[in-house]
Amino acid sequence: MVVAVALVYGITHSPGWEEVKAAFFDWGKYEDSFPEISRAFLLNVKIFCIAEAFILVFALLLAVLRSLPGPVFFPIRALAIAYADFFRGVPTILVIAILGFGVPALDVAGVPRSETFWAIVALVLIYTAYVSEVYRAGIDSVHPSQEAAARSLGLTRGQALTSVVLPQAVRRVIPPLLNDFIGLQKDTALVGILGSVEAFKQSQINTQTDFNFTHYLVAATLFVAITIPLARFTDWLVARDRRKRQAGSLV
Amino acid sequence: MSAVKIEGLRKSFGKLEVLRGIDLDVAEHEVVCLIGASGSGKSTLLRCVDRLVEWDAGTISLDGVDIDSDEMSEAELRRRVGIVFQAYNLFPHLSVLDNITLAPRKVHRVDKAQADADARRLLELFGMAAFADSYPDRLSGGQQQRVAIVRALATNPDVLLLDEVTSALDPELVGEVLAVIRELKEGGMTMLLATHEMSFARDSADRVCFLDAGRIVEQGPPDQLFGDPHEARTRQFLQRIIEAGRL
Repeated sequence: MVVAVALVYGITHSPGWEEVKAAFFDWGKYEDSFPEISRAFLLNVKIFCIAEAFILVFALLLAVLRSLPGPVFFPIRALAIAYADFFRGVPTILVIAILGFGVPALDVAGVPRSETFWAIVALVLIYTAYVSEVYRAGIDSVHPSQEAAARSLGLTRGQALTSVVLPQAVRRVIPPLLNDFIGLQKDTALVGILGSVEAFKQSQINTQTDFNFTHYLVAATLFVAITIPLARFTDWLVARDRRKRQAGSLV
Repeated sequence: MSAVKIEGLRKSFGKLEVLRGIDLDVAEHEVVCLIGASGSGKSTLLRCVDRLVEWDAGTISLDGVDIDSDEMSEAELRRRVGIVFQAYNLFPHLSVLDNITLAPRKVHRVDKAQADADARRLLELFGMAAFADSYPDRLSGGQQQRVAIVRALATNPDVLLLDEVTSALDPELVGEVLAVIRELKEGGMTMLLATHEMSFARDSADRVCFLDAGRIVEQGPPDQLFGDPHEARTRQFLQRIIEAGRL
């Protein structure tokens, strides 16, 4: 707190403050460009919503494949591991650039040419790798005795997975899943490099017309405005689940 | 015909031979207690009977049918044999009722209304109707273990396997679980139990088997085994139990 106050005081009393204030905190410009950048931000929202839907499903699938036991499934496990290693290793911006610039340039009939489409594909590829690791940690955290109990009741391996292991695994990893979802939201700003006019690209365009950086601040507030309610919503989800499990008893 | 017949059962985990040729018959309506030190093979033996552990040699049959053959599907075996674990292993994300109805609904395709009604009747029978909608986390260990027993009974099994079901409980909670097992015995349930509750074994078992290092060293009616053990190792084991104040 003291540090924060000192920092604010130091910044606002620095020699260059008036110039910085004009370049970054111009309220008039903020108001002017807010509607335009908000509209562009809708593209970010669209991208991360579509991407997240695919990521949650594909990543779960990948995590399940990786947890298949026995030597029979070794090739599948190996492929899943290779996939996760590769796409966690490559910088997101490179995958977006390679797919977004490369694939449309191939000029193959029937292949979508929209750079936004390929940007979504790139984000799905990358984040599926991250999120599958989160799911895997969740699956590993469910004690094997849970599966044994399910199997002892006659459930097949698949039924034990879907009715007993996964519901517990997913509940446990909701907070880290949100973490990756926020990362995804922020990475939608990278799509701007392809020329798609999303919030970051729009603020860049605006900045280039008047050399004022307040437009970036607009984009920043929009991103934060989405993540904070989402974080509170997740907290509420987790708390509700905990309440449910600990309520309804006579003890 | 014996309900469960185990012949020449052998099982190793790596280099460790846990079961070294077990022969055991359990008759219908019989209650057989397995006693012995930890690591003597009791749990592994029970898990083999439910095919949760694959064994290396020997056969296990249920009403004369080899449980490892094509004549007995895994689902069929596990409907007819229920198992209850030391650590209850209830599903924490499901209510008590859903814990009990999971197998009837998913495996035996009983419709939900019917499964719920059956489960509530069973809970009522064991004095736990009030917990139907609670989640396991909110129950005491004794209550959880009773739910686990009801869950194992929900598929109407012929044989119940109980793997040290009171070992994880506080002493004052042991009684309520043992009372349930006694009720089941009176109802004619065939049971094979691994237990450290010697007084329970003495009072309630039809037969007691003493296991040591993967073999049944001695078996007989509880009066004989506890009162007049023939084998030196049985006497040693019981002596330690008495010294520990457990008998």
